[in-house]
Amino acid sequence: MFKQSLINRFKDILGEDNVLTSKEDLLSYSFDSTPDFESIVPELVVMPESTEQVSEVVKIANEKEINIIPRGAGTNLCGGTIPVENSIVVVLTKMNKILEIDEENLTVTVEAGVITQAINEAVEARELFFPPDPGTVAVSTIGGNIAECAGGLRGLKYGVTKDYVMGVEVVLPTGKVINAGGKTVKNVTGYDLPSLYSGSEGTLGIITQATLKLLPLPDTKKSMMAIFDKLDGAAETISSIIRNKVIPVTLEIMDQVTIQSVEEFANIGLPTEAAAILLIEVDGIEEVVERDAKKVVKICKENGAREVKLAKNEEERFEIWEARRASLSALGRMRPTTILEDATVPRSNIPDMIRGVNKIAEKYDLHIGTFGHAGDGNLHPTILADERNEEEMKRVHKAVEEIFDLALGLDGTLSGEHGIGIAKAKYMTKELGEDGLQALRDIKFSLDPKGILNPHKVIGAGDNE
Amino acid sequence: MSNKILAEIEEEAANCMKCGLCRKICPIFDELENEATVARGKVNLIQNVIEGNIELTDKYEKLMELCLLCKACVDNCPVGIEVDKMVFKAREHLAKEKGLSWMKKGIFSFVKNKGLFPLGMKLGATFQGLAFCKNKGSQQGNNIRVGIGMDPNRVLPDLAKEPFRDRYPEIVKLNNSAGRVAFFTGCSINYMQPDFGESVVNVLLENDIEVVIPKEQHCCGLAIGSYGDIEKSRELAEHNLDVFSKYDVDAVVTACASCGSTLKEEYEEWLDDDSFSSKVYDISEYLVDVIDFDREDLGKLRRKVTYHDPCHLVRGMKVSEQPREIMKSIPGLYFEDMKKPDRCCGAAGTFNIKNYDLSMKINRHKIDDIKQTGAGTVATGCAGCKIQITDGLNQAGMSQEVVHTVQLLDEAYQKRREEREEEEVKVIS
Ligand SMILES: Cc1cc2nc3c(=O)[nH]c(=O)nc-3n(C[C@H](O)[C@H](O)[C@H](O)COP(=O)(O)OP(=O)(O)OC[C@H]3O[C@@H](n4cnc5c(N)ncnc54)[C@H](O)[C@@H]3O)c2cc1C
Repeated sequence: MFKQSLINRFKDILGEDNVLTSKEDLLSYSFDSTPDFESIVPELVVMPESTEQVSEVVKIANEKEINIIPRGAGTNLCGGTIPVENSIVVVLTKMNKILEIDEENLTVTVEAGVITQAINEAVEARELFFPPDPGTVAVSTIGGNIAECAGGLRGLKYGVTKDYVMGVEVVLPTGKVINAGGKTVKNVTGYDLPSLYSGSEGTLGIITQATLKLLPLPDTKKSMMAIFDKLDGAAETISSIIRNKVIPVTLEIMDQVTIQSVEEFANIGLPTEAAAILLIEVDGIEEVVERDAKKVVKICKENGAREVKLAKNEEERFEIWEARRASLSALGRMRPTTILEDATVPRSNIPDMIRGVNKIAEKYDLHIGTFGHAGDGNLHPTILADERNEEEMKRVHKAVEEIFDLALGLDGTLSGEHGIGIAKAKYMTKELGEDGLQALRDIKFSLDPKGILNPHKVIGAGDNE
Repeated sequence: MSNKILAEIEEEAANCMKCGLCRKICPIFDELENEATVARGKVNLIQNVIEGNIELTDKYEKLMELCLLCKACVDNCPVGIEVDKMVFKAREHLAKEKGLSWMKKGIFSFVKNKGLFPLGMKLGATFQGLAFCKNKGSQQGNNIRVGIGMDPNRVLPDLAKEPFRDRYPEIVKLNNSAGRVAFFTGCSINYMQPDFGESVVNVLLENDIEVVIPKEQHCCGLAIGSYGDIEKSRELAEHNLDVFSKYDVDAVVTACASCGSTLKEEYEEWLDDDSFSSKVYDISEYLVDVIDFDREDLGKLRRKVTYHDPCHLVRGMKVSEQPREIMKSIPGLYFEDMKKPDRCCGAAGTFNIKNYDLSMKINRHKIDDIKQTGAGTVATGCAGCKIQITDGLNQAGMSQEVVHTVQLLDEAYQKRREEREEEEVKVIS
């Protein structure tokens, strides 16, 4: 428990309403979207409204060696915002102003707590768009997206959040405020700090503002759904599309377990005996979209697609994507606990990955549906279980570890977009080795010598040497 | 176990993934920005009560009170968690463990009392001049003169001098009827919006449907149930079931979304029987889906109209197309949807009495949305929403009229009759 005099210092800076102290409020910030983790109650929750306030809060925390948990919407899937002992949660959602849309330099400058969809709504009116679109785009904050380097459905063609971060304002663990990067396309003045803060998961400082790159809104788009009786056919299609120089915006896969779950849940007429479904969207100027769509349909058929549906209008497009939208819902409805992994492999290894996951599911007698961003190799094997069943959870944990080994064996990575947080910290050396992890620790502690910013996340506990 | 009531929802709570997508649509969270007020936060708190981590504190009680039961989270939830039902249960549990406040107890007993309530409301209508003064703002209605814990700028409608049900015989007979329905009026229509009720009767008669308005019907029980007194609600439900089963009718129609969805959804649960619920239709649903109302005899209404979807109609009874279809069938009427027609107006039954400032902040979005459309008329399907929106318009200095959808239909039928009379006069002269 903090002394009242300390709490009052925070209240003086932030105002009474922006400091939460009741047990009910604190419990509400003891968890995030991550399943299967013990929640930990913070000592205090604060909601700053300006960079100055963030800086003052961090200065006190630094002085008193209090841990800081930066938090946006709390929708991450790696336990990134679950508090640690002796911590305050700094919620950024009240810093939600869009500061400037610069149509000449194609940038938007925003405060960290802006909801990403709000950015898109604001710039779309000027025929611009901000491509990264995680499934939580309507609720998650740009600060959280940057700190996790969020991806989403458009990664294949447009990349991920870090590809759009041109400048950041950061409150360092000492409370000092720095600005790095800016509106210029070219900038090599010093280390690339905007990139360092992308995917930093709140461990290196608090991002308070960002300048982001925008693109002109594509004229038009076309969606297709292809149904395959053989997994290899779907896999070969993915490679073949890219080989034929078509880069779809979105290229998603749903495996049989997912198809069956969706059909059971939503009843939208999916063939439950199919091995895989690909959902593909191409965008750009009309002529190119027409040409690419034709090419894709042809490639699907050449590779044994039993059926290819091409959406003729917005309504049909909506129907096609219904299946994908329903995936998480359908799987989530089947069992109380839904563990969404995101081990990622080079796209050429997707079939081996899916097959491997199925074997693991069989071995541990678990229900695992795999869907995800096939085009960029970012799959979401989704394990369904019940947190309250200890024996089952043991099998789940073993399966998760094997999924990581499988991905790494296929030249992949532990996480494509969901981040490491506390959920995957213990597997870091599997991918980076001891020396690699130590390099991360060295970066962390040179910026945050007291280790107060989001401790134990990414680099693990027992990390102070 | 004292948590028997909560045990019923433990499994549903476990199904909540805490994904946080509810943050997008909760009107209360939108204003307060506190994770404790959003659906997943409430589920978490209820789980903490079940696990014994927190007591039934005043703060917890307040947080459970901060729910509009608007079902927006239920609709948006990827796994369809019924958070409104969970809040209902949490309130029931609180009422059982902590008791109801003396004020709620008093009001609920008054409402439940079948003799005293009508009498009180009539006395209220006679003496309302003492408590109210005429509103001088852009909307008609009254402000509250004496402090009874309500904001003095708030506009409320007159209490009807003659309640709706006193204005009609119990059976409004027709010679050659095409059908027969019973009309569940609810308290708001009976005592505050008898004009809604009159239009319901008029349009039904126009369509050759005989109307039964059982005198013995009583409050649906939603207001009481939503604050935790399920026992009293259940008694009311049983009473209404008895009353309505005396009449041989094709359907039971409602014109107030809250009553309608209570009869349709909650009664099934409270009475553990769906024979009554399955007969209940919202008036617009009945007109469009059941009898395919007469679209020939509609006169012109030159008016731009927008529509507010009451939560209990769009997400409760799943009725949203039908009122729009009625309006679009009226010649001359220009319909334009607002941006978020199904966003809660903040009324939420009695929520707006205890949390007036918050409810008006929520309402502000609705008023802005209405303004954007440039419509001069706002139609809706719930008396509570009408009162709340009228109040909001008044505070914004806006003079749009707020009506029930069937009032427009009623007017269009009347217009046609007038047009026809004029035509006849012309022919004769
Ligand atoms: C249903 C569902 C679907 C999802 N789909 C996707 C998807 O398609 N793609 C994807 O990439 N992710 C996805 N996610 C994960 C999640 O939405 C993203 O990680 C998102 O970026 C988190 O944003 P947030 O605002 O909720 O951040 P939070 O969860 O609050 O925080 C995330 C991390 O960032 C840190 N942080 C937050 N704000 C700041 C700041 N201002 N400065 C410094 N550090 C900060 C936190 O400490 C934490 O470590 C999904 C999650 C769910 C529940």
